[in-house]
Amino acid sequence: MSFELFYEVLVGLLVLTAAAWSVAARDSYSATVGFVSYGLLMTIVWMQLHAVDVALTEAAIGSGLTGLVLLGAAARLRATEARVVTRPPAALRVVAALACAGVAVALAVTVLSLPRPTPSLAGATVAALPATGLGNAVNGVLMAFRAFDTLLEKVVLVLSLVGVWSLAPDLGWTGRPRLRHPFADDGVLGFLARTLPPLGLLFGVHLMWNGAVEPGGAFQGATVLAAMWLLVLMAGLGEVPQVRARWLRVAAVAGPATFLAVGLFGIAIAGAFLAYPEPHAKALILLVEVPMMLTIALVLALLVAGPPEPVEHP
Amino acid sequence: MSALVDLFTAIAVSAGLLFFLAGVVGLLRFPDALTRLHALTKADNVGLGLIVAGLMPQAGGVLAALKLMLVWLTVLLAGATVGQLIARVARRAEPRK
Repeated sequence: MSFELFYEVLVGLLVLTAAAWSVAARDSYSATVGFVSYGLLMTIVWMQLHAVDVALTEAAIGSGLTGLVLLGAAARLRATEARVVTRPPAALRVVAALACAGVAVALAVTVLSLPRPTPSLAGATVAALPATGLGNAVNGVLMAFRAFDTLLEKVVLVLSLVGVWSLAPDLGWTGRPRLRHPFADDGVLGFLARTLPPLGLLFGVHLMWNGAVEPGGAFQGATVLAAMWLLVLMAGLGEVPQVRARWLRVAAVAGPATFLAVGLFGIAIAGAFLAYPEPHAKALILLVEVPMMLTIALVLALLVAGPPEPVEHP
Repeated sequence: MSALVDLFTAIAVSAGLLFFLAGVVGLLRFPDALTRLHALTKADNVGLGLIVAGLMPQAGGVLAALKLMLVWLTVLLAGATVGQLIARVARRAEPRK
């Protein structure tokens, strides 16, 4: 067995172990820890498959941001969890296990019966890429060839924020999400929140800008920006904005709105919705990506911050 | 010269891995949160530092080597902060003896 194969099998086994752990863990905190490890191991798998863009997204969103949201949920649930001791009846569990096994078998059969070589549009994508002015085929697919999917994805992101905000109690609408770390005042977190963001800002913008030619892009860059903003908010160096603030609402829809406007503009100037006139394709893509990055960073951070809470009257 | 550089890489990376191994053993065997943190921070700081030092001559350029160095410095900054924060939470959670 070659070293590379041994390594791949080892990582595969670790992924399965982490996945099994996060399903089997008794309390939601342990399950979340398992889930975060699973995400980081999946990052290694994507790197091994040379899918650097996917690896970046998996590390940033799949493991980092989702892990943070789940940790917050686990912390809120902890008080109730100790009292929950009921287990579903055996028959129900057997049915659930059979259903899960059925899905796994169906997936396995589907994957194994795919035609070989796998039909692929990769060649056509790379051939058409020069027309977009981009050098990174993944970004070409996201911003030009499948722009409709990306547009809808951003709309879903805004809708998910609306969903989280809907969980606020009536009086919460006048308040703000609570994010302050319990140790915000003793200086350690404050030091990191003052030292890291300049570097993080540079890195986030670099990821977005560089995404045109190398792995990276607006989503990955925005995640870094969101993390920096969250760090500042948790350290108490800045205040979480009120959810009714006008600028916040405008920034939250700026990305999809610009995308939509450029898309409609495409009907007039290039003959189809979301089509770019060839000589200006890259400029238009950047015009969409900048507000999109703002929207993604803002929405991701606010998803972590959670619903606004009522103002406390001492 | 190249063989010497490779030898340096092999020694430094192996030493770094040894620190990681010790860190993991400490994490599993030490009795409470503070001593476990103590073990873990050595792996993060010195272990990663040695691995980065070993890989720097192999990075194929001054700029790439400096990027590796920057990764290490960032991990140092984040690791030190997170270690302190976890320690504070752990000290508050455990009653004084």
